[in-house]
Amino acid sequence: MAYGDKVLQHYENPKNVGTLDKNDPNVGTGLVGAPACGDVMRLQIKISDDGKIQDAKFKTFGCGSAIASSSLVTEWVKGKTVDEAMTIKNTHIAQELSLPPVKIHCSVLAEDAIKAAIADWRKKNAAKTQTSQTQPEQRAE
Amino acid sequence: MLKLPIYLDNNATTPLDPRVLEAMMPYLTTEFGNAASRSHAFGWRAEEAVEEAREQIAALVGGVGKEIVFTSGATESNNLAIKGIAEFYKEKGDHIITCRTEHKAVLDTCKRLERQGYRVTYLPVEKDGRISMDELRAAITDKTILVSIMFANNEIGTVQPVAEIGALCREKGILFHCDAVQGVGKLPFDVEQVKADVVSISAHKMYGPKGVGALWVRRKPRVRIAPIIDGGGHERGMRSGTLNVPGIVGFGKAAELARTEMAEEGLRTGRLRKKLQDYLFAHLDHLELNGHPEHRLPGNLNVSFAFVEGEALMMAIKNVAVSSGSACTSASLEPSYVLRACGVSEDLAHTSIRFGIGRFNTDEEIDFVGRYVVEQVQKLREMSPLYEMAKEGIDLSKIEWAAH
Repeated sequence: MAYGDKVLQHYENPKNVGTLDKNDPNVGTGLVGAPACGDVMRLQIKISDDGKIQDAKFKTFGCGSAIASSSLVTEWVKGKTVDEAMTIKNTHIAQELSLPPVKIHCSVLAEDAIKAAIADWRKKNAAKTQTSQTQPEQRAE
Repeated sequence: MLKLPIYLDNNATTPLDPRVLEAMMPYLTTEFGNAASRSHAFGWRAEEAVEEAREQIAALVGGVGKEIVFTSGATESNNLAIKGIAEFYKEKGDHIITCRTEHKAVLDTCKRLERQGYRVTYLPVEKDGRISMDELRAAITDKTILVSIMFANNEIGTVQPVAEIGALCREKGILFHCDAVQGVGKLPFDVEQVKADVVSISAHKMYGPKGVGALWVRRKPRVRIAPIIDGGGHERGMRSGTLNVPGIVGFGKAAELARTEMAEEGLRTGRLRKKLQDYLFAHLDHLELNGHPEHRLPGNLNVSFAFVEGEALMMAIKNVAVSSGSACTSASLEPSYVLRACGVSEDLAHTSIRFGIGRFNTDEEIDFVGRYVVEQVQKLREMSPLYEMAKEGIDLSKIEWAAH
């Protein structure tokens, strides 16, 4: 598979590989995909008390574009509020990395990973999240 | 000095041996005659060269030159063998037996025949990739006209019990086609010993040029084949079309080299494969060898590196040319059907890499590849959530994964 430069950059120097403490109440963990399908992404986000994502880590079993998509979203979500992070779409990821059509599912998986990580954090903090209901900001493209 | 990238995909194709190119050169330049031209010296010399190549190729498989039909490659040879026999013997029966790990040129040919009304049995294989003789025996009916089983598998290198298959077919009066592309020139293969009736061979898997192959067709007792290409009646009417003289000359030379050097080369590539295999298994855990531990092509090593996706590993070892059974390397998004037929789970099939060691690989290259692969697998496993979970003792098969 011939990849674009951005996939190769993220693949060769992946950002934010690692593990956060999944038992920390401020950490949300999203595990998506399936080994039988050839890709599994684990995205972890650490959310500060003001509702901002202060850290993000990933580990991915998958092809080059799955690894690149995960690396990219860890960079994108850092510094965003949870609601802002929810607006990241697979199309943005696919476009940024110039993914070929056969690799679009990697970007879908990365979007799912963000949503799963946030859902996990929300579940843990069901009471606390009542206070952080802000209007999602429109992303200017 | 080590020259990068290193070519370790000799099951896909092999480089042209310089001695083969040398033999071909006159026929790419001054000796351009059409081998079918009977009226002048240009044609006579081309024909003479083709006839010599026929003998060289036949000698490699223990046949005679007159039994060689030249084709454009092994895909055409397989098509011609199976379609040609099915057509010619259709009054006798309509049943064909093959196996699930055959090359697509055999499987897709059989599927087309099924759509035309033939019946095809696709035999399963054991975990090591070999068919069971009992299952073959049980599949034979009084309508079976052909058994098509390969000599050695292109992905996992497993060598089928071809002599047993040939003996059974002879006993039952059924024709035996053997796609011997991967094994011929690497391991001894004799049409009399195997009792084969038709055999597919390709030049570019044995250091010859691409675009030329052959079908060996038994003359005693005579096997009949209906042509799939009509025209000037070349190759005793079985395959019309002007002969690819330079390609055929190169094929002949490649076959002669393979015949005379096979014993030494098989030992050498087998030793290099063993060296790579031993190094990988000594330095990494969670590896699975795919294919048969002994009955395999000497230079073929197919390994599943659990928790590391095959395409990602190929990108990580970009200085080594190999191939993978991962879905991500194909347009279909399905992992290797050969590994699946051997009962390899989908998740492990996604992590498989095929190393194909050939004539021109060196000890230095194999040492480098061993170290490089170990280092990159370790790096990717550090990035793999599955490896982390496995180390924590989590049973990955117990997790409810959301298939996508």
